[in-house]
Order: sequence, then C-alpha cells, then structure tokens
Amino acid sequence: MSEYLVNIEHERLSFFTPAGEVKALNDVSIRIREGEVLGIVGESGSGKSVTAYSLMGLTAYPGKLLGGTLDFNGHRINDMTEKQMQKIRGNEVSIIFQDPMTSLNPVFTIGNQIREVLKLHTDKSKSEIQDRARELLQLVGINEPDRRLKQYPHELSGGMRQRVMIAIALACEPKLLIADEPTTALDVTIQAQILELMMELKDKLGMAIMMITHDLGVVASMCDHIAVMYAGNIVEYGETDDIFYNPKHEYTKGLLRSIPRMDSKEHERLVPIEGTPVDLLNPPKGCPFASRCDQCMRICLREKAPVTHFGETHYSTCWMNQKAELEGGKRQ
Amino acid sequence: MAKYIVKRIGLAIVTIWVVATLTFFLMNFVPGGPFLSEKAVSPKAMAALEEKYGLDKPLWEQYVTYMTDALHGDFGASLKQRGRTVMSIITSKFPVSARVGGLAVLAAFCIGVPLGCFSAMNRGKALDSFIIVVATFGIAVPSFVVGTVLMYVFSVRLGWVSSLGLKNWTNYILPVTALAFYPTAYITRLMRSSMLDVLGQDYMRTARAKGLNQIISLFKHALRNAILPVVTYMGPLLAYTVTGSFIVEKIFTIPGLGGEFIGSISNRDYTVIMGTTIFLASLIVLMNVVVDIAYKLIDPRIKLK
Repeated sequence: MSEYLVNIEHERLSFFTPAGEVKALNDVSIRIREGEVLGIVGESGSGKSVTAYSLMGLTAYPGKLLGGTLDFNGHRINDMTEKQMQKIRGNEVSIIFQDPMTSLNPVFTIGNQIREVLKLHTDKSKSEIQDRARELLQLVGINEPDRRLKQYPHELSGGMRQRVMIAIALACEPKLLIADEPTTALDVTIQAQILELMMELKDKLGMAIMMITHDLGVVASMCDHIAVMYAGNIVEYGETDDIFYNPKHEYTKGLLRSIPRMDSKEHERLVPIEGTPVDLLNPPKGCPFASRCDQCMRICLREKAPVTHFGETHYSTCWMNQKAELEGGKRQ
Repeated sequence: MAKYIVKRIGLAIVTIWVVATLTFFLMNFVPGGPFLSEKAVSPKAMAALEEKYGLDKPLWEQYVTYMTDALHGDFGASLKQRGRTVMSIITSKFPVSARVGGLAVLAAFCIGVPLGCFSAMNRGKALDSFIIVVATFGIAVPSFVVGTVLMYVFSVRLGWVSSLGLKNWTNYILPVTALAFYPTAYITRLMRSSMLDVLGQDYMRTARAKGLNQIISLFKHALRNAILPVVTYMGPLLAYTVTGSFIVEKIFTIPGLGGEFIGSISNRDYTVIMGTTIFLASLIVLMNVVVDIAYKLIDPRIKLK
C-alpha cells in the first residue's frame, strides 16, 4: 500500500452537456495521508466538489474521466465497477453535504436513515444496529437518542440535521470523510460547533478529512494542507502556513486580500477580486486567472504556467514565480 | 386524526348539501319538464302527473320535501322509469360500473407508475422519448375513438372477444382498456415529471453516497416522495371512473351507471338527476378525504388540521 490514503494524479474530467464539453477538471493532483486534513478552497465552479465526487465515483453521466489516476485506500478508482464502488461508498469513504435541510430524505425517520447504511455495510444483528445508531447519535452530540431516532428530519433544526448527516457518514468508521461545504448553510454559531465536532471526531476515529469550502477561515483553523483551485486547476498547493503566510499565486494572494483580518487598521478596505469566473466551455489558452489578474503579463495569456516548487510540498502554477528566470533568460 | 376525520365529515355534509341544493334549483329553472314530449299530453293528464309527483307545489315546498325524504334515505321514484326507485337504479347499476371502472383505475396505476419511473430513469434516451410520445398520444385521443377502434380491431376484424355486454371476463378487456387509456397515459406523465424532480433532490445523492444501489434508492427513497402527485390524481379519478363513463358504456353496451347520468338529464328525470349527482358528489368528497389521509401516511411532514 502506498504511503498516501488518497492519491489523485493528473485527473482530467469533463461534463458532456448539450452545450458542449465543460472541462471541469484539468490536471488535478491531490494527496492525502491517513488522518490528515486537506482543505480545498476556490470559488463556485472551480472544481472542488467534482474532485471529491469523482473519488466516490459519483460523477457518472454526463461526467467522464478523460485522464489521470485515482487511488484510494488501495483501490484504483478508475478501474472499479459501479458495484464495487457501492461497497466503498458510505463504508470506506463518506461524504457530508452542504445543505442538511435537503440532504436527508423527508419521509423516513432519522433512525431508519442511520440504520440503512449499517445494514448495508455490516453484518450486525438488528439490536446491534439499533445500539450502534444510538451510540452514533451520542457521538455527534445529540441528546435523547432514543427519541431522536424516531423523529423525522423536519422535526430537527439545521445544525441537528447536519449532526445526523455526520452520524450517517461515520457509521462505518470511514478512512476518509469528504465534507462538501458542511457549514455553508448553517448560521455562524452552529458552524463553529459543527467544525469543532468534526475535528474532535477526526482525532477520536483517526480518519482523514477532505474539507471543501470557500471559507478561508475554516481551512486556516482545521487543515494540514490546502489546495487552492481555480477553473479546474490546482493553482497552489501547500501546508496551511505556506498558503497563508507565503502565497505564491496571484489568485491566492487575491483571496487573502479579500478576507477581513483581525489585525487590520481601522479603515482598511477589503479588496475584492474583480471580474467573473472563466467559462469552462471555452477555457482560455493560457493561465485561467489571467483575465482577472493584476499582474497579468503577455505570456500569461499565451501559455499555461509550469509548476514551480517551493520546498517539499508547496507548489504553484504562476508565471510570476518564473519572472526572474524569464527576465534573466532574456538578458543572456 | 380522529378529530380531523370528524371535522372532514362535517365539511363533507355541507359540501354535499350545497351540491344538492344547487342542482335542485338549476334543474328546475331550466325550461321544460319531465312530462313534455313531442306527443302532446292533454292538460288534464299533465296536471294529474304533476300532482302525483308533487310537481304542482311551489318550488320551495318541493325542495323541503325532497331534502327531508333524502335525509331519511328516500330518494324517491324515477319519474320516467316506471316502478323503479332511484335507490334501486343506483344499487343495480353502480356495481357494474364499479367493476369496470375499478379495474381500469387499477390497470392505469399499475402500468402508469412503473412506466413513468422507468421513463424518468432513462431520461433523454430513445425509450424515454418513445414512452412520452405514446403517453401524449394517450392523453390526446378521446375515449370514444379508443373504444371504437378497439372494438373494430379486436371484435369485428379479429373476432377475439365479443363486443357486447359483460357475459364473461373476456368482455371486460376492451372496455377496461378503453377506460384505462387516458388515465394510464396521464399517470405515466405525472409520475415521470415528479420522479425526475425527486431524482434531482439532494437526498437521492445522499442515498447513492451511502452505497445503495439504484434499485433500492429508487424504490425506497424516490418512489415514496414521487408518488404524491399521483395519489392526488387517483382520488377524483377513482370517483369519476367507478361511477361509469357514458361513452364507453354506450359503445360496449354495458348496463352501468354512466348512462343514467346523461339519460336522466335528457329525460328530465328529476329524481334520478338528484340521486346520481348526490351519489357522485359523495364519492368525490369521500375520495378526497381518503387522499388526504393517504398523504399523511406517505409524507410525515403533512399535518392534518
């Protein structure tokens, strides 16, 4: 078994829609060690969720994997059939979604929906399953589990429902938990509780977490590594500190300028990133961020930037990092 | 729940009373009467007939008399069919219509629901398009065309089944098919669109993410949510279909209740008009209560107040 739990290399994936080929992922590589937390940040449509879903084999039709390899926990996801994937989903890898209000089926009780996943992946007896369901609810901090198990989703609050989703996801003690913007739909105090709960459970159960978010505050406090995505590319990847204190891509810098800081002067303004995201039906030839970049150079529009490495894990794809070399090269 | 049912029954009585009252007065305000025909009836005979059935009394008094009798379960005698009471007409003809109509509704449900699900699951593929085209055709073609064509092909040309009456079970095939044609097509379309809606819901994604296979996620998670619009449609459909279709009964010469509705109106058979209308109204009201209760059982979010 490789040293990584998740090893995605050079993944390219497109959605073939009636309007044309939407290039959702262009050369995405991601590695996660056991028990590690990786944050994937980026704006809507940057390919964060698609990366995660493709790892679970949930991008079928009209999505199509065009290249690259996806390895997870000793499985080569590319070669697996739907039936084999069903054995992994909810078992070795689980996911919690953005909107807990709609992610639970309204016509079944909480208990039914938790027991379902246990029935599917374990050969426990009925009473063992019931005990485990009760235990899971306690694990995610829900009181009176016996009463809650009999309730329907509409009888619970949003935060409570997300806890139930986490309980379902953790039922079979997965190796990897994918959290697809788990707190976006919740109010701020509940957000903090849910994140705290996730970290607590990570330590208790030793699973890895892939945290998809556009909230930089969330990744800063939780993640070991961060991947910054833009238009289906990973534009910068590194340890959390690298990304926050030593950003090497103009998009990352822009993101950091657009969030409020605790140590800012009184009247400091936030700097938004101007412009609109790229159209993935017709992605630009050069750097996808070029049209919105303050530092855009001629070469940025013509060619994709090569990967520049800074230290062991930190890398970025920005021509600015090559600037010194390029200018030096010209002079010679 | 019990409180709700009691309340609904109270409301049902009011509804039926309103329907009965409106029908009674509308029927009487329309010019003409039961004993007018091409053959002139002598004024004396007319007066005698009107007196016998109480039609010479002021309208208000007729209304009160009718309602009082109806409350006691007496819907009067037919004005045109000698020696038959309205009750006996309904009790003898309704079972015939109910058998044919009930089978038709059952067939429509059992074919329409799976077909709609199947179509939704194969959205955009050739089979889906085929099902939509056939369903649209089924909705567009009126039952008298379906009935006539069926009869011509299977009875007259091929001679597989007898075309008239309801002597044995094979006689049921054609009228039931003719009656089920439209609702099957309608349920298919209803089920397809509602299933498509449900398949796009977040909880279906959750079901897949849990590792459920397509069959279980469809039957367990999708069907129960998607069937609600069909249930809504089933209530009135059942009420209308079991009380018989005039057209289908005429084509296949079925002695059902459907003919009585139309026949009583053209004959101005006041008591039969009232009786059949109240019967249909009661059935519809009853079916609506049943639908509401079914709703509650299917979707726990619905509160019956």
